[in-house]
Amino acid sequence: MIPELGHFALILALLVAIAQSMLPLAGAAYREPRLMALAKPAARAQFLLVVTAFACLAASFVGNDFSVQNVATNSNSELPLHYRFAATWGSHEGSLLLWTLMLAGWTFAVTLFSRNLPPVLLARVIAVMGWVSVGFLLFLLFTSNPFDRLVPPAPEGRDLNPLLQDPGMVIHPPMLYMGYVGFSVAFAFAIAALLGGRLDATWARWSRPWTTVAWAFLTIGIALGSGWAYYTLGWGGWWFWDPVENASFMPWLTGTALIHSLAVTEKRGAFKSWTVLLAILAFSLSLLGTFLVRSGVLTSVHAFATDPARGVFILVFLALVVGGSLTLFAWRAGKVGLGGIFGVVSRESTLLANNILLIVAMASVLLGTLYPLFLDALDLGKISVGPPYFDAVFYPLLAPAVFLMGVGPMARWNKASLPDLWTRLKWALGVAVVAAVFLPFILGRWSPLIAAGLFLALWVVVSSIVNLRTRLAGSHRHGIVAKLAANSPSYYGMLLAHLGVAVFIVGVTLVKGYESEQDVRLDLGQTVDAGGYAFKFLGVVPGPGPNYRALTGTVEVRKDGRLIETLKPEKRIYNASGQTMTIAAIDIGLFGDRYVSLGEPLSADDIDGAWGVRIYLKPFIDWIWMGAFLMALGGIVAVCDRRYRLAIQRRTGAIGPAASAGAPAN
Amino acid sequence: MKSLRWSLPLAIFVILVAFLWVGLSRDPREVPSPLIGKHAPAFELAKLHAPSETLATADLKGTVWLLNVWASWCVSCRVEHPLLVELAKANIVPVYGLDYKDEPDAGRAWLAQHGDPYTASIVDRDGRVGIDYGVYGVPETFLIDKAGVVRYKQIGPLTPEALKQKILPLVRELQK
Repeated sequence: MIPELGHFALILALLVAIAQSMLPLAGAAYREPRLMALAKPAARAQFLLVVTAFACLAASFVGNDFSVQNVATNSNSELPLHYRFAATWGSHEGSLLLWTLMLAGWTFAVTLFSRNLPPVLLARVIAVMGWVSVGFLLFLLFTSNPFDRLVPPAPEGRDLNPLLQDPGMVIHPPMLYMGYVGFSVAFAFAIAALLGGRLDATWARWSRPWTTVAWAFLTIGIALGSGWAYYTLGWGGWWFWDPVENASFMPWLTGTALIHSLAVTEKRGAFKSWTVLLAILAFSLSLLGTFLVRSGVLTSVHAFATDPARGVFILVFLALVVGGSLTLFAWRAGKVGLGGIFGVVSRESTLLANNILLIVAMASVLLGTLYPLFLDALDLGKISVGPPYFDAVFYPLLAPAVFLMGVGPMARWNKASLPDLWTRLKWALGVAVVAAVFLPFILGRWSPLIAAGLFLALWVVVSSIVNLRTRLAGSHRHGIVAKLAANSPSYYGMLLAHLGVAVFIVGVTLVKGYESEQDVRLDLGQTVDAGGYAFKFLGVVPGPGPNYRALTGTVEVRKDGRLIETLKPEKRIYNASGQTMTIAAIDIGLFGDRYVSLGEPLSADDIDGAWGVRIYLKPFIDWIWMGAFLMALGGIVAVCDRRYRLAIQRRTGAIGPAASAGAPAN
Repeated sequence: MKSLRWSLPLAIFVILVAFLWVGLSRDPREVPSPLIGKHAPAFELAKLHAPSETLATADLKGTVWLLNVWASWCVSCRVEHPLLVELAKANIVPVYGLDYKDEPDAGRAWLAQHGDPYTASIVDRDGRVGIDYGVYGVPETFLIDKAGVVRYKQIGPLTPEALKQKILPLVRELQK
């Protein structure tokens, strides 16, 4: 009964979505307020229906209803409760339903927080989001119904892929999808603006908080996925340039460019058509990512459920949505105009340069990801593109972008002078260069790459400090607190996010430069030294888990004879599938992790004997994720800026581009 | 010219969709190997664990054997590896490993860590033999019969189903 209810709710949601996508648009075209007024209630009703469907599916999973095909394939009665719930989005069908739920949720949020948007704009925005929703609901109902029954019902489920039985599964996909789908709001705003032919600073101010929040979620989602890979795959990597990782990274790069471009459009009215294009691109890449993950056109470690027939549907949908948007762009962007002009050296030009670097970097990732497919389609052979390509192309592109991060915030709008910038930044540059040259000696080993990485990180930090000092010195208020309070949250958000980039770079540089690994055969009670730590192996004991059998090793970590941590790496054999998983044990430290994972016993039948044990030292690796969280935090702080709330409270016409209340002074 | 500029993103996208469309009709996992039914390309390579010794295809005439292409840098190899270890224990068919484009030290360490199912592993450091065999993604597994003819090719990690339903029955038949 519950699955049928869910199925029915989905069908109703589709009907409501069709109304939501058509009627308000017609209302906006004919200036018919009653039709436009349908946008909000339709979006809310759709949200309610999709929530109902999702709740029904979750209930089927939690209640072990193995008469539902989806549940029987992806769950098991032995699975712990939180993983049964997370298994709701563990399958292809479920993750699409999560996608649709997120989309309906974002649309619902738009109806709540855009009370004073012009009704025509609001009607168009919600209608555009309705179109996307129609596509996904059709896809769900016609190719991937999560509620299909299994006759006769299975006595027991086949179990969730053991790789997915992890706390990461509970939180990583929802966060990632929040980010992916969140770009649909910026996309809808861009399409609405193109339809209306009006694109100004107010439009940018409305789009900005939505884009920033989506970007923050995406940042956290990617970071969680990377952290998950780090501790579950058992070999200590954190990024693999896998097609599916790339699929989430491309919208992130484009979203980053979009955030900065929106800032320029809001403050200076420049980059208008470029900003619109970025908004279309960011969401298009989210859709492309969905296509790549779900269609199986590329091989990936993530390809859990793929089906070429479904690929055709998504491709057609992708062609309609993106092709339609880009046609609209080609037709209308000329009318919107380019916006203001600016000097060759100015904040605008540094931001534009940064934007272009980010987009070229994104294009290089796209090319690397799709290259095997291009060659195959042209019958030029089958190849795979691996980390060497991405390392060689990506870092040289992002290094100048990071350098510009130090310059941009210091440059004046419209026209800046190079000698002036030099005077203000020469000390920052000097400090960063000197520290970057000498730090590697202290850390252990000097290499040009380590020095270059540290230079970029230090440069971002020191130039941000200089920037803050200049700001405070230029303030007329008295007292440090008043001076600090004079700056807007969006300014501090920027500083935090940039600091996050620096922290991230430190993590990447030092872990690449100084990580070490050892594969050792350890007898019971034997000790091995690594990087000043002594690892003592105390054997392996078998034990039961909720739905697996575990072999748990014990390794004591000592420094200078003092016990600092007892690590328990595991090997699990899952009952239902018989698959084995290696669960590493990690002693997390601010300045580096000690990472231990179990290999194989020396002789297969004797688990009490010697074991192969892998010991990693990962200096500063957690800075990678700390950096990502700082970036996301910066985004959240920036969204708290007063002027976004003002834009909501006041009548829209009252705010001109120049009169933004909380905008930074320069 | 000016109006063309705005159409550029659309033009790029149309090309992209065309490629994706063609890509859909192809399965990246199932490349019909031109090698099936033909003689396995000959090689003579140094052994991973005894670099002074070599292994040649000629040495294996008269046996049915599996050639598993692996590398320490390969993610999917970690997925199929327990299956190979199990297969080796069952002692049905000898598995030879081709350590593809890999540092021998890294390869040895990897086997020490994950278990060594191979009767012997050989080192294809520059990937020459890999090219002869049409390796485009690691792991790949070839089944070669007594006469040295390639009978089956698995692209991507071995799965329990592929092993039970395709490879092992074929091995039994070929061993007769």
